Amino acid sequence: MSTAEATLDEVCVIALADAFRGDGEILCNPIGVVPICGGRLARATFEPDLMMTDTVAALIANTIPVGVVNPAKVIEAYMPYRTIFDIVWSGKRHVVMGASQIDMWGNQNLAAIGDWRKPKAQLLGLRGAPGNVINHTVSYWIPNHSKQVFVDKVDVVSGPGYDKMRAIGPAGSRFFEIRRIVSNLGVFDHATADNRMRLVSTHPGVTVEQIVEATTFELSIDASVPTTRLPTSDELEILRTVIDPKGARKAEFK
Amino acid sequence: MPDKRMNDDDVVAELRDGMTIGIGGWGSRRKPMSLVRAILRSDLKDLTIVTYGGPDVGLLCATGKVKKVMYGFVSLDSIALEPHFRKAKQNGTIEFGEFDEGAFYLGLLAAAHRVPFYPTRAGLGSDMLTMNPEIKTVTSPYDDGEELVAIPAFKLDAALIHMNRADARGNGQFLGPDLYFDDIMAMAAPKVFMSAEKIIPTDDFLKYGPVQSLKIPRMYVTGVVEAPFGAHFTECPSDYERDEAFQREYAATAKDDDAWKAFKTKYLDLPSHAEYVKAINARGEK
Repeated sequence: MSTAEATLDEVCVIALADAFRGDGEILCNPIGVVPICGGRLARATFEPDLMMTDTVAALIANTIPVGVVNPAKVIEAYMPYRTIFDIVWSGKRHVVMGASQIDMWGNQNLAAIGDWRKPKAQLLGLRGAPGNVINHTVSYWIPNHSKQVFVDKVDVVSGPGYDKMRAIGPAGSRFFEIRRIVSNLGVFDHATADNRMRLVSTHPGVTVEQIVEATTFELSIDASVPTTRLPTSDELEILRTVIDPKGARKAEFK
Repeated sequence: MPDKRMNDDDVVAELRDGMTIGIGGWGSRRKPMSLVRAILRSDLKDLTIVTYGGPDVGLLCATGKVKKVMYGFVSLDSIALEPHFRKAKQNGTIEFGEFDEGAFYLGLLAAAHRVPFYPTRAGLGSDMLTMNPEIKTVTSPYDDGEELVAIPAFKLDAALIHMNRADARGNGQFLGPDLYFDDIMAMAAPKVFMSAEKIIPTDDFLKYGPVQSLKIPRMYVTGVVEAPFGAHFTECPSDYERDEAFQREYAATAKDDDAWKAFKTKYLDLPSHAEYVKAINARGEK
């Protein structure tokens, strides 16, 4: 199996897996099929100390496949829903959430499009975003990079970004980190002097111009932008045969 | 020995217009649906519902029982956003208190512990504070001087929960993987009505599950209602899984007024939970 065969969904999975690099013994809590593939791949390869849920009420030590009902589980801890919040507040967690809108400071909207009092479109709501963002590391996965998603101003702030956190003072930044944003076009972070969003890498076959064209706000872009790394052949094999043998990850790319 | 057994109508008779009612379970999981349906067929109105919401919220919104919903989320799990709740929210006819999911837990916990608030960082910098202007912040009295959000106690008038097993005195047992917040919900309300799949002798609890499954002590329970399939169509493991086909049928009615009317006639405008069970069984036989 050659890495040249890696498809876009697999590049995105590896970019999400890399978000957990160096995290060690914490709860790796990606939400959604593509981020879950990334988290499980990170743990199965370069970040073995991560802990992960079975998406029900336990932490499991083995690598289970996505999209399979009742896989064989090696349970290492009991983790009912209430406990998740205790972990959020303890800080030992890195979550990957979605974002229906995101702005240059990383403000995320999951809640509603339009005025939240009477929204044009009610979305998922605030969910756990306000507490997640101020308590521990977060990353975002955005499968539909466009000007409707990468906006100048989000309609509702579910997860606050760097400008809001700066405004609250030291408490806002003590535990706050947006590690990276992975879209279907590239990888982004906030590692700039003023924390505005930066283009980290473009996915294979995607140009910087395409990304600029699909983003409403001005990204920080270095003179030379690398290409997102390809999965190794070992990583590809684990993803394709163990983590997602049925290709559930591909559904978000249609 | 007190016998707290009652029926759905006895429970409804204990509730009043304008009450704030906590509902246990989580999303489309172990919801006290037979008690919710009893409210639907009553004259109760202007209720404030406090819950990690599922179809309980959708049904109460769709039938005009609700003045306000306070929630951490409203989801059907396999359908990410409750469609009848979405409709009510977009029509702007009902008041809403939307909270961070963890902050919501603290509102329940504060009520259970009889303190005015619990502090948290959750909400700072987000629109949770814009959406809920009554929420205030507090400054830590210690050297750090940190500003925190004071999540107010969610003062409940009553709570409804559903358990797998109960005894006639009001002890409750859950047999699935997760209690959710039902014990806190019970402590947070002065009147608690608990439906259960089966009422059993106290002696029999440990035949069904370990001591750790006995999480609802009777001192927090006002009344017990035996309701087999009482959580339908939400899941109630280990007794039964979610009825996904029924849930899809229910969800589809949010976009089709005629389908909603037909659904309401067939499954909600029934005199009792026993008739509802007959209706869902008849559906399975066709």
